[in-house]
Amino acid sequence: MTQSTIESAQGSGVEGRTGRFGDRIFAGLSKGAGVLILVTLAGVALFLFREGYPGINVDPSEMDGSDTFIQYVGPLVFGTIFAALIALAIAAPLAIAVALFISHYAPRRVARTLGYLIDLLAAIPSVVFGIWGIRVLAPLLAQNVYPWLGDNASFIPLFSGSASTSGRTMLTAGMVLAVVILPIITAISREVFLQTPRLHEEASLALGATKWEMIRQAVIPYGRSGVISGAMLGLGRALGETMAVAIILSPSDGYFWSIITNQNSNTIASNIALKFPESSGLEVNRLIATGLVLFVITFGVNALARRVAAAGFSGADG
Amino acid sequence: MNDADQTTTTGSVTRMTEQMTGVGASETPDGLRVSDLNIYYGDFLAVRKVDMTIEPRSITALIGPSGCGKSTFLRSLNRMHEVIPGARVEGTVLLDGEDIYGPGVDPVIIRRKIGMVFQRPNPFPTMSIAENVLAGIRLNSKRLSKSAADDIVEKSLRGANLWDEVKNRLDQPGSGLSGGQQQRLCIARAIAVEPEVLLMDEPCSALDPISTMAVEALMLELKSEYTIVIVTHNMQQAARVSDRTAFFNIDGTGQPGYVVEMDLTEKIFSNPTEKATSDYVTGRFG
Ligand SMILES: Nc1ncnc2c1ncn2[C@@H]1O[C@H](COP(=O)(O)OP(=O)(O)OP(=O)(O)O)[C@@H](O)[C@H]1O
Ligand SMILES: [Mg+2]
Repeated sequence: MTQSTIESAQGSGVEGRTGRFGDRIFAGLSKGAGVLILVTLAGVALFLFREGYPGINVDPSEMDGSDTFIQYVGPLVFGTIFAALIALAIAAPLAIAVALFISHYAPRRVARTLGYLIDLLAAIPSVVFGIWGIRVLAPLLAQNVYPWLGDNASFIPLFSGSASTSGRTMLTAGMVLAVVILPIITAISREVFLQTPRLHEEASLALGATKWEMIRQAVIPYGRSGVISGAMLGLGRALGETMAVAIILSPSDGYFWSIITNQNSNTIASNIALKFPESSGLEVNRLIATGLVLFVITFGVNALARRVAAAGFSGADG
Repeated sequence: MNDADQTTTTGSVTRMTEQMTGVGASETPDGLRVSDLNIYYGDFLAVRKVDMTIEPRSITALIGPSGCGKSTFLRSLNRMHEVIPGARVEGTVLLDGEDIYGPGVDPVIIRRKIGMVFQRPNPFPTMSIAENVLAGIRLNSKRLSKSAADDIVEKSLRGANLWDEVKNRLDQPGSGLSGGQQQRLCIARAIAVEPEVLLMDEPCSALDPISTMAVEALMLELKSEYTIVIVTHNMQQAARVSDRTAFFNIDGTGQPGYVVEMDLTEKIFSNPTEKATSDYVTGRFG
């Protein structure tokens, strides 16, 4: 490194060579980083697989619950994806709206303050959100919202069943997860919205678009793939979020569609956190195996995100 | 034009006249009358005291050294200037007798009547060629039958001399075209909404000579229907296409630009009144 600095300081004569030298260093560094990531990932996968395998193949009668692994992990997978999707459904529109407000509507000072506050939100440990969820949000919703939903909207499967009085429901957990993933989606969306070329915005305005029409015509299509990537990052985060869910959700075994009752499918991460301290032997292996399943799901979501984002970029949506 | 097409056109015209009670688009246009126009960026006076009449259905060229405010002036003609934070104008610009800066006049409506083509081609990258052409129409009238849309696409692309080159790939992204084709696509997009006036800011500066000729030929065709104002650094181009030419100048950096003189293009290029003009058009300019 010092070598290259000295060389480049020597002046223009050797610039070509120095450039190549610097290129080589940088290429080496980035290749190294890439390999490191791959090795780490492979290591984690290997560990999960080795430790989890005995838990997958175990004879159900040896376990207390007498479930096969599939029976055991199924509700957890359902709960994990369900909670994450609820969080995404709440957070994504909000994040996009806030990002648009920051990038195109708010006066500069307001925008900067708001952006700063949202970034700050990302720095708060999720366990704090979990505590806030159980102490503040859950009672609030249990008193004011869930009974009403239960009385008036129970024809929708999501709001059927007896409304929770503790508020430790899937919806509460989803809302807290939404708060957890809001900053990342907002930050990424804001960045891509800000990068919309002025040229395209002006093209739209010059055609007689109102501000909102311009945003729909130029800003959102341009930022689409970025927003999707952000949303998928958020989804990944929600899938793996542990403490907030573990604190809030009152879990039961099985598949539950209603999001306002005390009976909820647990999520994989939260289940591991709750069960791990009191597990031993094959139970531990089984928990690790569920971790492997979560790993695969997250991987799948990311792959999907990349596909969607790539499809968005090649343009021309009919 | 088929029935659906007719309906759309009438629809958009109705919407415009609703908001801006004045001369309907169908009557003979009156051109643009600019009086006493000062144009500011914040506190900086960029262009001062412009008085200018832009004749309808003709081509008016704006020439002058870099930084003298040609783009600024052009953008103030369809209220694109005020898109820049802090930018504002004083004075009046009459379109068919109506002040586009009058109280209660919606800039959005003005921009639908006065279209604009930019220096760098800027088709929407995520839209297909056809969707690019329809971009302005979609703002005007949301519901558009497939056949009406197809008609508008074909008519506008033909109008922009681009139809034959793209008719087989209308559903492909507009960003896949060459620079010259992209610029003509932008012209097609601008004329698809049938504006009265078309403003062009150095539309050929990013184009090769062949594409430039194509765009120039197009301008000459379009002037039978549209009032065209073009900014150009190319004297030959101004001489070739325009009917009248306005020469802008600036006394020094930080000073406002102003119109030195405006006259028939022939006169400006052969026998201008002002010495500064003749220096500029003959290339004796510093
Ligand atoms: N967005 C802006 N904010 C502040 N000042 C600006 C802005 N755009 C242009 N100006 C200033 O206004 C003056 C006129 O600029 P303008 O772009 O209109 O010149 P022009 O005649 O179009 O030049 P060119 O031939 O190089 O395109 C210049 O002094 C320029 O610095
Ligand atoms: Mg300019």
